Amino acid sequence: MTNVETGSGYYLGSLAGSSAKQLNKGFLGSIVALASLLPMLAYAGIISVETVNMIGRYMALAIVALGLDLIWGYTGILSLCQALFFSIGGYAMGIYLAHQGTLHNGIPEALYVVYPYKVGETRGMEVLPWFWAIFKSFNLTLILGILLPGLLAGFIGFLGFKSRVKGVYFSILTQALTVAAMMFFSKNEMKLCGTNGLTHFKTIAGFDLSDPNVKIALYVVTLICLIVAYLLCLAITRSRFGRVLLAVRDSETALRFAGYEPFAFKTAIFAFAGMLAGLAGLLYTPQANIITPSYMEARWSILMVIWVAVGGRGTLCGAVVGALLINLLYSVLTSQWSIGSFDWKPEYWPIVLGLLFIVVVLALPNGVIGVWRKMVGKVTELD
Amino acid sequence: MDWITPDYPNEHPAQNSLWDKKYLLFLTGVTAVFDGFKALDIDYFGIFHNELRVIIGPNGAGKSTMCDVITGKTRPTTGTVHYNGEDITKKPEAEIVRSGIGRKFQTPTVYDSLTVYQNMELSLPGPKGVWSALTARETKVERDRIMTLLERVRLLDAADTEARYLSHGQRQWLAISSLILSQPRLLLVDEPAAGLTDSETELTGELLLELKKDHTLIVIEHDMDFVRQLDSRVTVLCEGKSMAEGPLEEVKVNPDVIEAYLGR
Repeated sequence: MTNVETGSGYYLGSLAGSSAKQLNKGFLGSIVALASLLPMLAYAGIISVETVNMIGRYMALAIVALGLDLIWGYTGILSLCQALFFSIGGYAMGIYLAHQGTLHNGIPEALYVVYPYKVGETRGMEVLPWFWAIFKSFNLTLILGILLPGLLAGFIGFLGFKSRVKGVYFSILTQALTVAAMMFFSKNEMKLCGTNGLTHFKTIAGFDLSDPNVKIALYVVTLICLIVAYLLCLAITRSRFGRVLLAVRDSETALRFAGYEPFAFKTAIFAFAGMLAGLAGLLYTPQANIITPSYMEARWSILMVIWVAVGGRGTLCGAVVGALLINLLYSVLTSQWSIGSFDWKPEYWPIVLGLLFIVVVLALPNGVIGVWRKMVGKVTELD
Repeated sequence: MDWITPDYPNEHPAQNSLWDKKYLLFLTGVTAVFDGFKALDIDYFGIFHNELRVIIGPNGAGKSTMCDVITGKTRPTTGTVHYNGEDITKKPEAEIVRSGIGRKFQTPTVYDSLTVYQNMELSLPGPKGVWSALTARETKVERDRIMTLLERVRLLDAADTEARYLSHGQRQWLAISSLILSQPRLLLVDEPAAGLTDSETELTGELLLELKKDHTLIVIEHDMDFVRQLDSRVTVLCEGKSMAEGPLEEVKVNPDVIEAYLGR
């Protein structure tokens, strides 16, 4: 060990720290390499553009998982409204995209078909709501799609954490808010296209969404956003801020008596996680070609928690791996196929998901990444 | 030793700035009532600058409640707490801490998933805001201070160990040394020797006596040998009331104290 005077040998250069760093580098490297290979495979005709598009969607969802991992895995606050923040980003992009499509009397088609006429109002008297007009600008959509969820999360966090709402109560509060928002978005009167949601998008910033090149471009943009989000989260967890988050999880009281205001840190990270979810929504909608209120259903919020739990909560790689893994599994297990006389039915999927969650909770508290790290650790021990 | 006997003036202390000069901390008319039960009922209690005061008393005497009231964890039902010439009765905990009152809890609170070094890092004095935490980096001086303190409490070799793997004694020392690192003016140390071996207790005593040179300390303790080692002014709390005050030898022969300790 190094001497006391320099002291630098401790913590920063420790064995555990450096191997974890290398592990992260290896992880990031292999994911990026694999992911950047996909477009080439698509151009070579080995895989379809649709597959690339699907992985792109899952990568957008991995960004939500990163945020949820910060707030749940690191800070210990189980939030069930990441789906709401995701949907706000998704709707921002959805409204922008709807503007690019067919217009009826200046009204985007998606809104026109479910336009709630008041008494005495007839066709031809539709008015474009003010909040639709805002999203005519692409740049403003991008800014608001991230900023609005961030502000809402900051607001919810500020009220909740300031009055020290904790544990399961905070989870229930956030779940209730998400369901309330779903009701709100489902109403035709709210002029958010009701349960139909927004769909039939044509172009984004002048590019045709059905063009394979545009699909691949969207995939690349999503990949870059995922990498940037991952690096941002990594910087946060590596800073003293990250240590404060873990301290909130371990003993909030002790932290308060060390002079920190836990609520400020919780609000900040909650807002940041909300912004990540918003960004994910922005990226997801043009690739999925649809956004509906069903993305705010309770099962979505819980599914997001399962991604992080299966991947390994408290590790950023875990959140990404979990989100990608479960979603890939989803796409395989919700299609119909058969081996020999055995027919797989999509209806089996919830059972698989439930079993997976139970197994992870009971047997693998550190998720897939935990298992992998243990294996890698054993290998180096042999060396 | 020459004990300064408290000579409390009769006027209300809020009108008496002399008190603020004389005492670093004083409580007047403080009561804490939980569901009709009076856990604390203190008329006057003052700590001089650079004093080490030991508070003893049987279980449930209100010792920890008193710490809670001083640090803002519990709001007193009546009365005021003055610290450094300021009424801190209604201030939030973190603000009280930042104004210089540090506390070690009865059960040592450390952050289990952080290493010993990281535990100490969070106690470094300085800005504690969100932005400063994002950019904060320990200076060489700060790192050296942490290392010196860790060496003093024999935790240097465990600097990179997660705190969850520490023994009870090590946790106590980690809690005490992070408290020292945060450079408070007034330290509230709740049962620093609880659950320690004899040699560990002795080191803890030495630490506290070292601190006495340039800090004001309130130590809550059960262990009489340990109290003797500290050789300081003692306040006896019983059923929430301050029963006796003075050197240990004097307090020990007080008939009320004997009655309270040995029971009826």
